[in-house]
Amino acid sequence: MTITTLSELAQQLSSGKQSSVELTQDYLNRIEESKHNAFISIDPEKSITAAKKADERRATGDTAPLLGVPIAQKDIFCIEGTLTTCGSKILENFVAPYTATVVQKMHDAGIVSLGKTNMDEFAMGSSNETSYYGSVSNPWGSQEQPLVPGGSSGGSAAAVAAQLAPAATGTDTGGSIRQPAAFCGLTGLKPSYGRCSRYGMIAFASSLDQAGPMTHTAEDAALLLNTMVGFDSRDSTSLELPAEDFTHNIDNSLEGLRIGLPKEFFSDGLDSEIAELIENAVRTYETLGATIKEVSLPNTHLALPSYYVIAPAEASSNLSRFDGVRYGYRAEEYSDLVDMYTKTRTEGFGEEVKRRIMIGAYALSSGYYDAYYSKAQKLRRLISDDFTRVFENCDVLMGPTTPTTAFAQGSRTDDPVSMYLNDIYTIPVNLAGLPAISIQAGLTQQNLPIGLHIISPYLQEAKLLNVAHKFQQVTDWHQKTPTISAEKGDK
Amino acid sequence: MFTWDEEWEVVIGLEVHTQLQTKSKIFSGSSIEYGAEPNTQASTVDLALPGVLPVMNLEAARLAVRFGLAIDAHINKTNVFARKNYFYPDLPKGYQISQMELPIVGAGAIEIETESGIKSIGVTRAHLEEDAGKSLHEDYQGKTGVDLNRAGTPLLEIVSDPDMRSPAEAVAYLRKLHNLVQYIEICDGNMQEGSFRCDANVSIRPKGQEELGTRTEIKNINSFKFVERAMEYEIERQIDILEDGGKIAQETRLYDSDKHETRSMRSKEEAHDYRYFPDPDLPPMVLSDDFIEEIRATLPELPEAKKSRFETNLGLSSEDASILTSNRATADYFELTKSLCSADTKIIANWMIGELFANLNKSELEISSSPITPAQFAKLLDRLHDNTLSGKTAKQVFAALWENVGEVDDIIEQKGLKQITDTGAIEAIVDEVITDNPDQVEQFKGGNDKVIGFLVGQVMQRSKGKANPQMANQMLKEKMS
Repeated sequence: MTITTLSELAQQLSSGKQSSVELTQDYLNRIEESKHNAFISIDPEKSITAAKKADERRATGDTAPLLGVPIAQKDIFCIEGTLTTCGSKILENFVAPYTATVVQKMHDAGIVSLGKTNMDEFAMGSSNETSYYGSVSNPWGSQEQPLVPGGSSGGSAAAVAAQLAPAATGTDTGGSIRQPAAFCGLTGLKPSYGRCSRYGMIAFASSLDQAGPMTHTAEDAALLLNTMVGFDSRDSTSLELPAEDFTHNIDNSLEGLRIGLPKEFFSDGLDSEIAELIENAVRTYETLGATIKEVSLPNTHLALPSYYVIAPAEASSNLSRFDGVRYGYRAEEYSDLVDMYTKTRTEGFGEEVKRRIMIGAYALSSGYYDAYYSKAQKLRRLISDDFTRVFENCDVLMGPTTPTTAFAQGSRTDDPVSMYLNDIYTIPVNLAGLPAISIQAGLTQQNLPIGLHIISPYLQEAKLLNVAHKFQQVTDWHQKTPTISAEKGDK
Repeated sequence: MFTWDEEWEVVIGLEVHTQLQTKSKIFSGSSIEYGAEPNTQASTVDLALPGVLPVMNLEAARLAVRFGLAIDAHINKTNVFARKNYFYPDLPKGYQISQMELPIVGAGAIEIETESGIKSIGVTRAHLEEDAGKSLHEDYQGKTGVDLNRAGTPLLEIVSDPDMRSPAEAVAYLRKLHNLVQYIEICDGNMQEGSFRCDANVSIRPKGQEELGTRTEIKNINSFKFVERAMEYEIERQIDILEDGGKIAQETRLYDSDKHETRSMRSKEEAHDYRYFPDPDLPPMVLSDDFIEEIRATLPELPEAKKSRFETNLGLSSEDASILTSNRATADYFELTKSLCSADTKIIANWMIGELFANLNKSELEISSSPITPAQFAKLLDRLHDNTLSGKTAKQVFAALWENVGEVDDIIEQKGLKQITDTGAIEAIVDEVITDNPDQVEQFKGGNDKVIGFLVGQVMQRSKGKANPQMANQMLKEKMS
């Protein structure tokens, strides 16, 4: 099996080889037959209706680049008339009465939504195992050795890797796009904070959350990003920027590109095989004309502790609205108001979500605020300053996306800290609000993909995509698919 | 007047919530009209659906700055919204968006008049926040209904320093504030509808002691009358406790106006930990100098300035000027009337404070709902001025206007109230009066000038009030000399 990219599908649709209805139906069939549990819900009728509309638009001469292309949407985005659970029991019956801005923009561009993908509950997790709707199996794993797809956008990653969708949306608060992209051999882009509207995207940690594309190639990521970005008057943190075509400079030469390798990204805890594969990838860049130098982000070790104060603090407040009063799950029996709140939230939230609400409420409570929340904000500034400093002499930074490859299901669920350590390289980027991308840069001896993490200065997504694309032009790692590898393994 | 033992000093600070007169809510586009069907003015943002975000309504900031400039307060050009976290069914997000460390308005002051002269009451701060919805406990068979129409209504919470030393001072401050917010048109001041609400922090300490006593916070006081009574009750309660050797518990107390008592709502131990932190959905609000100066330029004349202008430029007494500037509507009524008629300022003031206010009070009407418009009132005073009406007939016309019978000139015509200024007609009546009152005429001729009043009265009586009294007076004097 070979990968099918968005650009290929767009070409097929525009040449009339296939209609959007046929294409959409094909993917819906694959989803129904799949065993990955990558989707929480699908609404085939709705998808087909949207595909018909796209075909009608094409018949009237509409040539929007992604018109009629179907993609999967993470179940964190509200879509009008669609079950939107955010991976939680507390929203098991919530049908959104409005559509998230990024999804609306994609719909307006003619993109068809295939269904809502599985995810860690409220995006809190790195393995998709905190989902109320069950864990997702990584297509690179096997029945004997089920692996996690990463998280929180694990369903999106598994869906694209298993070719149940040619691309998907994800959201990234501490690595939730890039880490599952690395685990599933995909391209995953976290845009700069403020690029994509957060309106209609269920908030985990408001100052860190950002939506982005998960695709097979950097070119696809650029195409999808083109439809997602833009100022939204309903999100006060969204940026008003001039329109930009992210595919425009994607093929620019990398001659003279200055790559920084932060030594902190190659320290203890990094799997030696991954380190080697990353070094190979960096050498490829040298052949493309880039210069390499070691740099330092001395405050990297403070990223995880400050993230695990700031993100839970914001989450503890963001999740207060799930109280059983107006919508969502409400405990069946309760004696009074406080009992209703307690039972609803005790029964409606999973363990990890409750753990983070507790951590966050504690960090914000009077008497501890300065020691935790204020301190974490100061560290955040230091981490951000580290990046500003190294970017004075570098165009991009590179390192591994994750310290390990996809791990076995159930292997880390009892140890939150080892789970949190998965995001050790991705988290600093969210704290600094920067854009970053993960691309597949090799396979381990166990035939598992590893991700190359590329970070650029603020708002330089075009540069990131250019750097990623050029690598994909001279390598074929992004074309490896789990099925092909398995076949090879069988022989 | 309420008094208490001279050993104790009362310390009062007030927190006043004023509802800002914007068209829409502070963080959503919903209307804030009062009295709509429950939940018809609640959008996805007000309902706190998953994924929705607040967007600041700049008009609310404009009104807040207006207040800051009016009390000459420090304006924080960078101010920050914070989340105040607590659970309650009428608080949809589980937090209220308010301001904590950097409020939009910093320190300022408001002057009040007390028995011992002018006193300046410090305003600690004024911050923007959103109102909660309402829980409805009736009509739901033991369940509670929630109306979120009010949720998200913009409020400016104005916090005073603990500078007031008696309930009377607190009421004077409140009235001043109530007047000011209406003057500068940031709040309609409607206490029944909750547009102007007050919480009071009350403590007592032995006279001469510097350290503040333990305070209680009294909530739910929504009229000037209740504010004073609630504080009086609370002061007496605290004095009783301390004089019995007890201790005041720091707590929040609710005032029950039916029972005239305050009772404990929650103690310090039960107090919420609101876990304030800067709202990550709203970047700090940065106000430019231009923005602030534009607001300053549209600031209306403030009550003090207006009062002093009424005294200095219009020659009104301090008392009259004070009454006529006691609220914006009264001052506007007065100034509009004055601009529309040629009567003396003093006459206008007398008629407003006398006739108009008496009738308004009797009918329990605000000046804004006066049945007589400033234009009608001006016309009436013009007719008095040009001698068409006498003081007496003017009152008749006033009464007819009040009943909404018609316009001034029509009423004069219909009722035949036109003053007699025809010399011949008055002369006939004057002659009659002189003939019929020989005794009084003799007294006048004998040097008793005062008797002229009686004779003029006779003329007025016989003319049914229509004779011009000045002309009658003149003519009587001429004929008797």
